[in-house]
Amino acid sequence: MTLPGNDTPIIEVRGLKKAFGDHEVLRGVDLSIARGEVVAIIGPSGSGKSTLLRCMNLLEQPTAGEIRFEGQRINDPSVDVNRVRMRMGMVFQLFNLFPHLTVLHNVTLAQEKVLGMDRAEAEERARALLAKVGLAWKENAYPNSLSGGQKQRVAIARALAMKPAVMLFDEPTSALDPEMVQEVLTTMDELANEGMTMAVVTHEMGFARRAANRIVFVDEGLIVEEASPEVFFSRPSNERVRQFLAKIPR
Amino acid sequence: MSLGLQAVETSLPLLLRGALVTIEVTAMALVLGAVAGLLGGLARVSPVMPLRRLAAAYVSVIRGTPFIVQLFFVYYAFPQLGIRVAPMVAAVGCLAVYSGAYQTEIVRGAIESIERGQMEAARSLGLTAAQAMRYVVLPQAFLRMLPPLGNEFVALTKNSALVSLVTVQELLLSAQLVISATFQNFAIYLTIGIMYYIMTTVVSTGTQLLERRLKVYV
Repeated sequence: MTLPGNDTPIIEVRGLKKAFGDHEVLRGVDLSIARGEVVAIIGPSGSGKSTLLRCMNLLEQPTAGEIRFEGQRINDPSVDVNRVRMRMGMVFQLFNLFPHLTVLHNVTLAQEKVLGMDRAEAEERARALLAKVGLAWKENAYPNSLSGGQKQRVAIARALAMKPAVMLFDEPTSALDPEMVQEVLTTMDELANEGMTMAVVTHEMGFARRAANRIVFVDEGLIVEEASPEVFFSRPSNERVRQFLAKIPR
Repeated sequence: MSLGLQAVETSLPLLLRGALVTIEVTAMALVLGAVAGLLGGLARVSPVMPLRRLAAAYVSVIRGTPFIVQLFFVYYAFPQLGIRVAPMVAAVGCLAVYSGAYQTEIVRGAIESIERGQMEAARSLGLTAAQAMRYVVLPQAFLRMLPPLGNEFVALTKNSALVSLVTVQELLLSAQLVISATFQNFAIYLTIGIMYYIMTTVVSTGTQLLERRLKVYV
């Protein structure tokens, strides 16, 4: 068994394939994410980038290949997937806040039930995180009274409450009104600056350019380009990337 | 022409005692039926195939046969197998099993109506499937169950009249005893009709109030 050292990637994906019925969404993906790295995963709709992210914490079960988390293979029946997931935060496109719980309780639930913390301790951490995302004043509100941007910031606080080793973002701003996108991106920028390891599926090229260490371009179930933001945006080697970049506003 | 107000007055204590039995039978069947419905509903969405099949068979058989046949089967046919069932036990048991089948479908439908993202968000935080069901999905599903459950509880209250056929002296059977002595069909049936209506109104108003109280987050 390999012991995770500082040079062991936090997430390592090898030969990942995922099919839904006859439809092969991922056709052999290799990707490694180092500690402290911010990786932006971009690509056209239906390319498989969300599925790739969802395989990393096993919300989707890979059809073939392996996923390693801190050196340990996790797509294996003997692995307790809950113990892995509690160390990987996930932020969803549609927020998926728990509507029946207040903002504060959204952030304390998993701390209490998964980490076994007592309520006071969990609330203290939750309040600190809500303050960090600028929503301390909303702790007693229910999610349905929040704007989209506020919901997503609560969702980020909820994931951070578990002190994850890595944060997975699945198109976190795609469901937001344009004027709300920035507040969420600002929160994500801060996280990146603090050294959080992040994998971000996004259409926000501005964020990818300024916050990512590396950009991964997925097309038709394969990673077709992997480059630093400078190289990716100025002189991509792949023709498919050039077409994609030509079509989006910058 | 006398419509029998006198008969109503003198038989009122007997009718009220019958109403009390109706309430007892209904309340017990309601609680047991809700337990059956919750377990049945969870089995219907369980990842364990035999559980799903079993619950589906339960719903199919119970909903596919008349209640009165089920009741007579337990009360009259079981003794042939050497199993004697007291009238009250047969009544409560059959009503609970019958209502439980309908409640199973209500619970299943409500659970399945909760967006998949809720379960995914809960699991992504490290909650087990059971914890996610308990703390995230079921509380939301419960609110969606309430309106159809209210209907089901009203139906159960009314169906309880059928257990008069296995000699449980609830409201309907009490009324029939009074009528056989007084022949005041009009007054007595009208009276118990009003009594049933009051009971079902209390039940449906109760579930509506509960729904309004729980709805704070919507």
